[in-house]
Amino acid sequence: MQRQFDWGRFLLIAIPFLWLLIFFLLPFAIVVKISLSDTANALPPYVPTLNLSEGWSGITSFFSQLDLESFAWLLDDKIYFLSYLNSLKIAFISTLLTLLIGYPMAYGLAKAPQRWRTVLLMLVILPFWTSFLIRVYAWIGILKPEGLLNMGLMSIGLIDQPLAIINTPTAVYIGIVYSYLPFLVLPLYATLEKLDQTLIEAALDLGCSPIQAFWKVTFPLSLPGVVAGCFLVFIPAMGEFVIPDLLGGSDTIMIGKTLWSEFFGNRDWPVASAVAVVLLLSLVVPIVIFQRIQERQREAEA
Amino acid sequence: MADAPEQRKVFAPWLDTTQKPLIRFENVTKRFGDYTALDNLTLDIYEREFFALLGPSGCGKTTMLRLLAGFETPTSGRILIGGEDISHVPPNKRPVNMMFQSYALFPHMTVEKNIGFGLKQEGQSAEAINERVKEMLALVQLEPFAQRKPHQLSGGQRQRVALARSLAKRPTLLLLDEPLGALDKKLREKTQFELMTLQEKLGMTFMIVTHDQEEAMTMASRIAVMDKGVVMQLDTPSDIYEAPNSRYVADFIGNVNFIECTVISHNGQEYQLKDKQGNQFRLISEVQLETGSTIWLAVRPEKVIVSKEQPQGDVNAVQGIVWDIAYSGDTSTYHVRLPDGTTLKSEMANLRRVRNRPITWEDTVWLSWSLTAAVPLKR
Repeated sequence: MQRQFDWGRFLLIAIPFLWLLIFFLLPFAIVVKISLSDTANALPPYVPTLNLSEGWSGITSFFSQLDLESFAWLLDDKIYFLSYLNSLKIAFISTLLTLLIGYPMAYGLAKAPQRWRTVLLMLVILPFWTSFLIRVYAWIGILKPEGLLNMGLMSIGLIDQPLAIINTPTAVYIGIVYSYLPFLVLPLYATLEKLDQTLIEAALDLGCSPIQAFWKVTFPLSLPGVVAGCFLVFIPAMGEFVIPDLLGGSDTIMIGKTLWSEFFGNRDWPVASAVAVVLLLSLVVPIVIFQRIQERQREAEA
Repeated sequence: MADAPEQRKVFAPWLDTTQKPLIRFENVTKRFGDYTALDNLTLDIYEREFFALLGPSGCGKTTMLRLLAGFETPTSGRILIGGEDISHVPPNKRPVNMMFQSYALFPHMTVEKNIGFGLKQEGQSAEAINERVKEMLALVQLEPFAQRKPHQLSGGQRQRVALARSLAKRPTLLLLDEPLGALDKKLREKTQFELMTLQEKLGMTFMIVTHDQEEAMTMASRIAVMDKGVVMQLDTPSDIYEAPNSRYVADFIGNVNFIECTVISHNGQEYQLKDKQGNQFRLISEVQLETGSTIWLAVRPEKVIVSKEQPQGDVNAVQGIVWDIAYSGDTSTYHVRLPDGTTLKSEMANLRRVRNRPITWEDTVWLSWSLTAAVPLKR
C-alpha cells in the first residue's frame, strides 16, 4: 500500500527551511554575488547588474563578468589578515575572560537557595531590557579619563592620573565581556543546575576534598555548558563592530570595523562583501564543532 | 564465651558486655530549622553487623546515614567510630563509604574508573589500583563491562558498579542507602542474598537504610525501627516480628490484628482478658500486666486459624462472617467481620487448590489462636 503524502508534515518542516532560505540563504547569495562583482561609480556601486531584458546573452555576459578579484585583494593588503587575526585574538581572550567571570557566577546561581534563584536570574537578564547601544555608550561615560571610574579611583586616592582605558583594547575587552556575559552564564547555569548533587557527595565520600570534587566531577560534567556558553560569546565577538567602534578607538582593528569602513567609507561593496563571506566561512567551522558537541551531549543524555 | 562452651555460637555481640561497639551514637540530635530529624538518639552498632534502619520516609533513617557519612553534622551529641569522635570530621577523611540510592556513578567515567576513583584519590599506585579494580569487578561479576560508561549499563549492573565502588576502599563501615530500591522484585531478592554472602565473606560492617520491611528482615542481624526521629525498637528480626514492643512496630512489620482488652485477672503467667464486647480471652505471656489496665493484643494473621467448626481445646475463639478473601497464590487472607463490626484477618496457606476450598464469602466461621500466639502491647 502506498502511503499518502502527508501535507501537514511537509508544511511543518518546510516553514523553518523557508525561513532560512528567505532570510539567510538568499541574502547570503546576494552578498556572494556582490563579492564577485567589481566596484563602479554607479548606483548600486558595482557592476555587473543582471539585465534580463537582454535575454540569454544578458545572463551569460553577467556571469562572465564575475571574478574573484575582491578575494585576491583581501590577500594583497595585510590590513584584512591583521583584522581577522586581531578579531580572533580579541574574541578568544574575551571569551576566556567571560568564562573566568561567568563560571563562578553560574555556579553561584546554581548553588543559591531556590527562593533566591529567580531574583538572581532576573538580575542576569535585566541588562537586556535596555538597548545594547545605550549600554555600550554608558561604558564611555564610565571609562573616559574624566569618567566615573577614574573620578572614583582618584577621589579615594588610589591613582593620581586618570587611567587611559577608553580607546584601548582594554575597553573593548571590558565591553565584550560585559555585553556577552549573560550568554555564557545562562547555558552554564542550566547545565550546573541539572547536575546531580549526590555525585559531589559520592566524590567527597570517596576521599575528595571539595576542591578536588569540583575539578574531578563538577567541572568535567559542566563542559557541555562551558562549550555552549563560550561559542555564544566567541561567535558574535568575532564579528563585533559596535563595541570596538565606540570603545576601541582607532587603535583597535577588528574585522567588523574593517568591513564597515570598506562599505561606508570606501563604498567598496565587493571587497566588503568578500570580507563578510570570509568571516562567515571562518565562523562556520566553530559552529559545526559546536553543533557536533551538542549532538553528542544529547546522545549521552538519551 | 567460656561459660557456655556447649552452646552453638550465635552472632550476637550486642549481648556480650565485653564487646566494644564499632559505632556509637551518643545522644545525637539533628535539627533542620525547627524540624527535628533525629531526637536524642543513643545507639551502638558492632563490628560485622548487618544493621538495618527501617521506617517510613521522614523517620530520620537517612539522616542517620548522612551523619555517619559526614554529609551532615549533629546539632548536639557525638558520633564515635572505633571510640573516636568523628562528628566533625569531613566525609573525605572518614573510614566510611556509602552506596547511594541513585548509585551516583560518575557518568563521564568508565566502570573501571568509577571503581578505582577512591583508590586513585588515596594516591595508590597504578598497579595497586588496577589489581583492586580487577578484584572488585570479579566480585560483582562485571569483568566484561570494565570499559563501559554507566549509561551503557542496565539498572542491575549499575547497582553492582556502585557496590564495587563503595567496597573498593575496604571501608570500616559500608552505608547502603536503599540499595535495592530501583531493582525489580526477582533481582532484588537475588541481590539481597548476594549482599548477605558478600558481607559475611568480607567480614565487614554494613548499615542499610530501607523502608522495605521484608528486605530488612531477610538481611539484617539487627533492625532499628524508627519513627519521627526516634528508635521505636532495636532488636533481631525475629524478636521485632514475634515480640514487638508497641503497636507502631507491630503494625509496621508485617500484618497484625489488634484487639483492645482489659486485664481481668491473672494466675502466674496466664491472664484473663476481656474486650469491649465482652469476649473473654486467655493469654500466656512473660510480660507483667497490671489487673485493670488496658492493653492491646497483637495477633499475627498467620497465627489465626479459620475454620467452619468450633475449635476444640485450649484456644481463644471468636465467631464471625467471611467478609473478603484476598488470594495471593501461596496464601489466602480471610477478612472476617465480627458481630461488633471490627475485622480480624487470618492468613492460611493454600494447601489445597482454591476450587476445593471449603470456606467462601458470607460463611459463618470461627477464628482461633493459641494462648501463646498473641503479644500484649501496652502502647
